[in-house]
Amino acid sequence: MLSVQIEKKLGDFAIDAAFESAGGATVLFGPSGSGKTSIINMIAGLLTPDRGRVVLDNDVLFDAGTRIVTPAWRRRIGYVFQEGRLFPHLSVKHNLDYGRWMSGLAADEKAFTHAVELLDIGHLLDRRPGRLSGGERQRAAVGRALLMRPRLLLLDEPLASLDAARKDDILPYLERLRDDGQVPMIYVSHNAAEVKRIASRVVRVDAGKVTATGGAELLDS
Amino acid sequence: MASACWPNRCHKRVLDLSPQDWIAVQLSLRIAVVSTLIALPFGIAIAFVLARKEFWGKALLDAVVHLPLVLPPVVTGYLLLIVFGRRAPVGAFLADHFGIVFSFRWIGAALACGVMAFPLMVRAIRLSIEAIDRRLEDAANTLGANRAWTFITVTLPLAFPGVIAGMMLAFARALGEFGATITFVSNIPGETQTISAAIYTLTQVPGGDSAAMQLVIVSIVISLGALMASEWFARRAHARLHGN
Repeated sequence: MLSVQIEKKLGDFAIDAAFESAGGATVLFGPSGSGKTSIINMIAGLLTPDRGRVVLDNDVLFDAGTRIVTPAWRRRIGYVFQEGRLFPHLSVKHNLDYGRWMSGLAADEKAFTHAVELLDIGHLLDRRPGRLSGGERQRAAVGRALLMRPRLLLLDEPLASLDAARKDDILPYLERLRDDGQVPMIYVSHNAAEVKRIASRVVRVDAGKVTATGGAELLDS
Repeated sequence: MASACWPNRCHKRVLDLSPQDWIAVQLSLRIAVVSTLIALPFGIAIAFVLARKEFWGKALLDAVVHLPLVLPPVVTGYLLLIVFGRRAPVGAFLADHFGIVFSFRWIGAALACGVMAFPLMVRAIRLSIEAIDRRLEDAANTLGANRAWTFITVTLPLAFPGVIAGMMLAFARALGEFGATITFVSNIPGETQTISAAIYTLTQVPGGDSAAMQLVIVSIVISLGALMASEWFARRAHARLHGN
């Protein structure tokens, strides 16, 4: 259970957003530049809100009132970035292992195999990110975020940098991930077709504010 | 050294160096290697601070780091003398408490070379740190890496080509250092006489030309070798960072 209530001024732009997410895939839907990425950066701890509260499973990650700011590296929140951001100097295998190393988790062969099969990246393990296609890179990035065993998975337009055919290749993996049900997702997108397939719940964001929350029917209005 | 040419067996070969000249070559290499390795951690730290941090006095720190590049080397050597000399404040402290004496010792030459090479090293490393995509560090953060681990596992490996370039520049600078070294620790054969100082000495005595020429050749070979080695490392590092 994620509960977000944040305010942040970024130059002339102000974010003032509040929403909750109980599980499945909650989509932050809105036009480019509406502040969606800033919102999930604040959930991840990469950006500090001016005011408000972020609580995940009764764990207060941020509270302006009591000045609690958990650093990003202690939040155990997986993040799949728009551009993947795989470490170019590490093989795919080592990219996948990175979160486990840094979080001090023991090797979990079963979880590793499960993620690799789910995302179909077994044949890429020895390669470096520079030699992956855009779609392969994004799948590896999802795997990397999953294998740190996150409490929550943030996905920031993970398909935006891919062409239509590639998107259709990856969407099924993300749907499988959602139906897997092991980790709740916050999914940022401005693409209605994509959102319809992924969303269990939609939070509509416009100009830094939440304007509506509900089911996928929000997209039709 | 890879060459099988030893001081007493070199007669009638291309290189016919006197034992004393060989010692100068060995000293030069030792001084250049030691000064580069000792300067490295400081160089990385200062480069990181200059590339990433904003603080009061940053411009001053930047200027001080660059000072040896713009000061006449003799001035740098003299400043070292009045700070690190046996009776100078810092020099006396280090000698009394740690037994480290710089004056007229090869380690003093290494200090002079390290100081002279420092700005070049910092510049190269700083540029490579500034070129790093910081979003990769954010990614490391979200994966559970704190600042120190992020630096060790992401920042440093990505800056590696710059670190190699910085070490190469520092090594070459140390090998060629003359003014600061000779001012600070003098020109003592077997202790502080490097290739450069030996060549200078040989050119000051009658009939020293051919021996000077030999040292010039050695010096060219070492410099070219260092350059090629660093090119090779840099290419490998580049390949590691960009696919393959």
